[in-house]
Amino acid sequence: MTDQPLLQATAVHKSFGDVEVLKGIDLTVRQGQVVSLIGASGSGKTTFLRCVNLLEEHDGGEILLDGDPIGYRDIGGKRRRLSEAKVSAQRARIGMVFQQFNLFPHLTAGDNVMLGLTKVLGKSKAEAREIAGHWLGRVGLAERRDHYPYQLSGGQQQRVAIARAVAMQPRLLLFDEVTSALDPELVAEVLGVMHALADAGMTMLLVSHEMLFVRDVSHHVVFLDKGRIAQQGRPADVFDNPENERLRSFLGRFHGLFGRASAAS
Amino acid sequence: MIDYHFDWSVIARNSDKLIDALILGLWLAVVSLAIGSVIGLLAAYARVSGKWWLSRPVWLYVEFIRCTPLLLLIFLIYFGLPEFDISFLNKTQSFVVSLSLYAGAYMSEVFRAGLASIPKQYVEAAKAIGLRPWQRQAYVILPVMFRITLPSISNNLISLFKDTSLAAAIAVPELTFTARQINANTFRVMEVWLTASALYLVTAYLIAILLRLLERRYAAIR
Amino acid sequence: METWMAPGTFFFEAWQARQGLLTGLGVTLLSSAFSIVMATVCGLLMGVALAYGWWWLRLLARLYVDLMRGIPVLVLILFTYYGLALFGINVAAFWAGVIALGAFATAHVAENFRGAVESVPAGQMEAAKAIGLTFPRRLYYVILPQAFRRMLPPWVNTGLEIVKGTTLLSIIGVVELLLASQQVMARNYMIVDFYLLAMVMYLIINFSIAQLGALLERRFSYLRY
Repeated sequence: MTDQPLLQATAVHKSFGDVEVLKGIDLTVRQGQVVSLIGASGSGKTTFLRCVNLLEEHDGGEILLDGDPIGYRDIGGKRRRLSEAKVSAQRARIGMVFQQFNLFPHLTAGDNVMLGLTKVLGKSKAEAREIAGHWLGRVGLAERRDHYPYQLSGGQQQRVAIARAVAMQPRLLLFDEVTSALDPELVAEVLGVMHALADAGMTMLLVSHEMLFVRDVSHHVVFLDKGRIAQQGRPADVFDNPENERLRSFLGRFHGLFGRASAAS
Repeated sequence: MIDYHFDWSVIARNSDKLIDALILGLWLAVVSLAIGSVIGLLAAYARVSGKWWLSRPVWLYVEFIRCTPLLLLIFLIYFGLPEFDISFLNKTQSFVVSLSLYAGAYMSEVFRAGLASIPKQYVEAAKAIGLRPWQRQAYVILPVMFRITLPSISNNLISLFKDTSLAAAIAVPELTFTARQINANTFRVMEVWLTASALYLVTAYLIAILLRLLERRYAAIR
Repeated sequence: METWMAPGTFFFEAWQARQGLLTGLGVTLLSSAFSIVMATVCGLLMGVALAYGWWWLRLLARLYVDLMRGIPVLVLILFTYYGLALFGINVAAFWAGVIALGAFATAHVAENFRGAVESVPAGQMEAAKAIGLTFPRRLYYVILPQAFRRMLPPWVNTGLEIVKGTTLLSIIGVVELLLASQQVMARNYMIVDFYLLAMVMYLIINFSIAQLGALLERRFSYLRY
């Protein structure tokens, strides 16, 4: 781990109308780290993730990726939104996997992975095909590259979506509740792929309700409550010594689940 | 604008004429919609009857009308019927016949879709309480279909109202014809056509709003 | 000469009038083509404005669309024809008609485009953003291919409306198929015959367009979601 944090968020604020969803989030992700955001729904974890990838614009504080502010530029003390082209270039350095997969339905699995490689990174068709083949192989779907999304199961679709994100060789991968829309029996295959990526040293920021997986894979766990960080630390500290009252009651809800086996662990 | 001086007195002088023309257009549209709905309903039942000798000819009628320009139909009926010694129609009545035939084809599609979208359980419930076939139609299917198709009917009324402008081509004194006449007499091009456009626009949106209110009333019952 | 081709019969008269009728048919096809191209290009641009524009652009586009949908095409054609002349813009009646028809159909294409594009799930745009595609590319590679199939049927319909709408150009003196037919009738008084002949020609044009639309739809039926 180097000294310069890969992602550094300071005092990030975000409101939707009158509702303040993020009330000042400070968060650091270092190279090679896996950081997990946990918390009840409505606590702001997904919104924070979307701010990092500029799907939402944060309206206070700053988010630095490799030292560059994301989405905004400081000009004489004034926040100026970056141009569309710059924003797109920043997004290309951050991969994102969605709860609903969001595969492009009119493209095959292979073409889904290749689109960004050819149109954003400007790689040749042949090179892109090779990279796509490599990553589809890594998620265990090499022989499905010519299948359309509707021909794949939910778990397979989500693995293609992961391949699509990781093939861009992003500095950081965001996972937004990627197993929540899956049937229970398909969760393990997706978590398995994520675990392998973490083991390979990929820097990841994830939002998840799979507490066993979070505990197992994370270097750092952050508990969000009503738009603020209520507690953070090593997984063992957060899960075994919850100092925060709200964290205790949040974890309490998962006690029944902790007995559930996860193929990822 | 290049040196054009507006003189709205032309409009003021002709306001009675314009209003009469507008009302005539509305009347033509409403009458045509009424006749067209009857044609359309019969045609829709023929289409879903399952008897080819009923549904085929009706299908032809609908496709023919949809591919034929309305103006051609208007001319064909206005100038063509007298060739067969059918000459009791004046130009306004002749126009109503054309527009009704036109409306009939479009309404039949509306009603066909409406009939197809009636939930089966209504029909079954009607059978269950022992209603006879015509009673099922009159008390259950038609009222439900009317509610379902009301938005399409109101769209069709607005289209028909705009289509009444074509009556100008056979000198029926509706709004477009009248506007063109005033234009020819006074050369107040901008005033005349701005007024005509505004009158059409306002009327079209008034129809839309009124029928929206009607829809809401019925939606509440449903 | 056989009797069905003798002078005074329909076939003889039609053969005699072929030049004028074919020229009229050509004008109908040409004006339709110009209007369809104009409506498609302008309609797509306005559709983008309607769906993705800044609020003031959306408002302007919405105003235009609602305006065009409340005014009869014939009034637009007459207004354009008389209005342009007023400002010393000397356009032929043909072009005045094409512009008016195209401007009218633009509103329909724009509204159709907006509806189709908004039917694509929001996640698609987000996923396209997330891999770093710029806006034009998101539109071209991700949104349009998915919106296309939904756009096709109403677009074909707009095409049919335009072809039928070109008959209105006869009212400002453009000798298209309808007016050309009427000119023939003025010579031989075979009113019903030549209106029916014109009707058949419109049917052929419109059936062809409808068939083309159906063909395209089948061609793109692999887009299954």
